[in-house]
Amino acid sequence: MTENTYDAIVVGSGISGGWAAKELTQKGLKTLMLERGRNIEHIKGYVNAAKDPWDFAHRGGRTQEMITNYPVLKRDYPLNETNLDLWVNEKESPYTEIKRFDWFRGYHVGGRSLTWGRQSYRWSDLDFEANAKEGVGVDWPLRYKDVASWYSYVEKFVGVNGSRDGLPQLPDGEFLPAMEMNVVEKDVAARIKEHYKLARTMIMGRSANLTVAHNDRTNCQYRNKCWLGCPFGAYFSTQSATLPAAVATGNLTLRPFSIVTKILYDKDTRKAKGVEVLDAETNQTYEFFAKVVFVCASSLNSTWVLMNSATDVWPEGLGSSSGELGHNLMDHHLGVGAAGTIEGYEDKYYYGRRPNGIYIPRYQNWMNDKRDYLRGFGYQGGASRQGWAREVAELNIGADFKDALTEPGLWKMGIGGFGEVLPHHDNKISLDKSTKDKWGLNVLAVDAELKENEIKMRKDMAGDAVEMLEAAGVKEVKSYEGNGVLGRGIHEMGTARMGRDAKTSVLNGNNQVWDCKNVFVTDGSCMTSSACVNPSLTYMALTARAVDFAVKELKKGNI
Amino acid sequence: MNRREAISAVGLLLGGTVIGSDFFLSGCKTGGKKERQLAFTKDDIAYLDEIADTILPATDTPGAKAAGVGTFMTVMVNDCYEARDQKVFLDGMDKINELSSKKYRKEFLEATESQRLELLTELDKEQKEYTKNMKEEDIPHYFRLMKETALLGYFTSEIGSTKALRYLPIPGRYDGNVPYKKGDRAWAIN
Ligand SMILES: Cc1cc2nc3c(=O)[nH]c(=O)nc-3n(C[C@H](O)[C@H](O)[C@H](O)COP(=O)(O)OP(=O)(O)OC[C@H]3O[C@@H](n4cnc5c(N)ncnc54)[C@H](O)[C@@H]3O)c2cc1C
Ligand code: SF4
Repeated sequence: MTENTYDAIVVGSGISGGWAAKELTQKGLKTLMLERGRNIEHIKGYVNAAKDPWDFAHRGGRTQEMITNYPVLKRDYPLNETNLDLWVNEKESPYTEIKRFDWFRGYHVGGRSLTWGRQSYRWSDLDFEANAKEGVGVDWPLRYKDVASWYSYVEKFVGVNGSRDGLPQLPDGEFLPAMEMNVVEKDVAARIKEHYKLARTMIMGRSANLTVAHNDRTNCQYRNKCWLGCPFGAYFSTQSATLPAAVATGNLTLRPFSIVTKILYDKDTRKAKGVEVLDAETNQTYEFFAKVVFVCASSLNSTWVLMNSATDVWPEGLGSSSGELGHNLMDHHLGVGAAGTIEGYEDKYYYGRRPNGIYIPRYQNWMNDKRDYLRGFGYQGGASRQGWAREVAELNIGADFKDALTEPGLWKMGIGGFGEVLPHHDNKISLDKSTKDKWGLNVLAVDAELKENEIKMRKDMAGDAVEMLEAAGVKEVKSYEGNGVLGRGIHEMGTARMGRDAKTSVLNGNNQVWDCKNVFVTDGSCMTSSACVNPSLTYMALTARAVDFAVKELKKGNI
Repeated sequence: MNRREAISAVGLLLGGTVIGSDFFLSGCKTGGKKERQLAFTKDDIAYLDEIADTILPATDTPGAKAAGVGTFMTVMVNDCYEARDQKVFLDGMDKINELSSKKYRKEFLEATESQRLELLTELDKEQKEYTKNMKEEDIPHYFRLMKETALLGYFTSEIGSTKALRYLPIPGRYDGNVPYKKGDRAWAIN
């Protein structure tokens, strides 16, 4: 037993788990991080990062075999030849879609911290207060002032680039120097400002790529191949940042191939005593013990662990006494936007591949801009010149055609919306006890869809995009509306929400399971609403904050 | 292709002027029937090399044949095409020889360079017209498939990337406003 005993256990090694492990070990706790997938070593494990386009047999595209093996991933751009090893094996780990839900997962050390898009934004009280003001879901047990210093704390470690824009709805952070808009984006931003005054703004995207060397990590080399893993450690991932910090303390044990199947709940103490692990390679079962457990297996997966735990006390699982466990699943809805051509910059180009774009923060239902739905959306996008993958209207084939394609084409500017999804109670997950994964474990069933509020919003996401681009002088602007399916935002949130009342929420304001005080859930499962900005920075801040609380409580003997 | 690129590519696709990126983006593109592994012969590859080289000939930079595009096309057809498109592509190979024989009394490989260019230019006009009017579920035009794979194969090859285009593995910095003058080559990766 002693060799299986630690001070703390962290479930999952993605963005949230990496932060939990760093904070716990730096506060002196002997910590075991359990990760269901294989290990990927920093740099050495990024097997495709140094390859040239022609090193890929299909030049990065998708084969029919890949399409057959990845029935979910194939539904959008993530299925590709260059980082296939960073996506979950769907045959081994299926899930059930009561309604279509595009769940894009990565099961390995680092989780999706290796493949994420690194866009990093703070929430504001516009977001934290929304549920309470509108009577939607339950109130967040937090306000911006409770999280602001934690945002600062994590930003300083992560290295987030950005400009200080002074926007109340999108607070500034502890930024490294911003990346640069290109010449077209600068002019578009200026025209939007002129046209909309302060009502709408286009700013430079804020991302977790280092614009200057930071905490012993090298600055970004502008290759824009981040999702293959960065040989320079220039973007934030578990491997580049939190894991080495945790390892450096001497307090971390990382155990890959460890599927946490349940939390071991002790009825007498009404606390968790540890977790049960199924070794993914040997199929052996192990128990590990600790004083505190951080569940950071990603939204949905953390809830799956809870649903499997303490079922002798609560049939629906640990944390289910409120009836909210599994409910209020959210994401961001996207796939709607517009693009067009912009003239007058034929003598301009750019150098380098910037792993970041522009951002138009939410402006709907803000100040005087009232809409016929709740909440709103932001846009991401950018301008670039067309490459070789284009037809040339006046040419067919041959020497002139080829030579034309060796020159850059027209400047294009496009923006795509990321919309807030309300916490609808009946958007939910549950255990599908009739379907098993490779290890004989019950899989999740997802039953969620966009509802009226989101569908209304999508009209504006298209219409506003056209209006704004046209106001900025973009020509031939066309809108597009793709699939409004949940999951595709890859920002799954909810299913174990935080709240002020144990009767209506799973977690309290410190991410502590109401029903079990030494279990903390700090990934996206905890979210009470979704806002419309990319969520991971908020998971980081909440994780660091919860660890601080947990360790203080441990010291006081409260847990 | 990351999310931001996907956002702009979707936008670009709107005009119907993007060639090749459907390959990176397309969702559930599969015909259901299992694709076959086709045994392309050396002659087939030589034939495809010439088709590709007619689309993208040597100019002051090497052409498609020098970049091994014929072989690349067979890999794509074998591994990435659904059965339906494999058939379209193969039938297209026969069709081009047929048309050439009819027109010039010579199969494509025996035809002169200018005859090949003339024939494939006609097919490209036909393809553009067809593609413009086609619905999503329609069978693609065989010459569209050939042109797509030729472009993809050439411009992502080492020769295409480094000689026809400018390739920078590690740019090291970003500058969003550099002068451009006509004739300067485009970046291999945008
Ligand atoms: C292509 C892409 C682009 C994205 N862009 C952005 C962006 O720009 N900005 C942003 O904020 N977010 C972005 N995201 C989302 C971001 O990646 C996630 O929000 C983030 O990774 C969540 O962190 P996490 O630690 O909660 O989960 P993950 O990073 O998914 O990690 C969870 C880990 O837990 C492990 N695990 C699961 N179940 C178990 C179990 N039972 N036992 C043990 N281990 C388990 C998994 O294997 C995994 O390693 C993007 C995601 C993708 C894929
Ligand atoms: S763009 Fe920057 S952060 Fe991304 S992989 Fe390249 S060097 Fe690393």
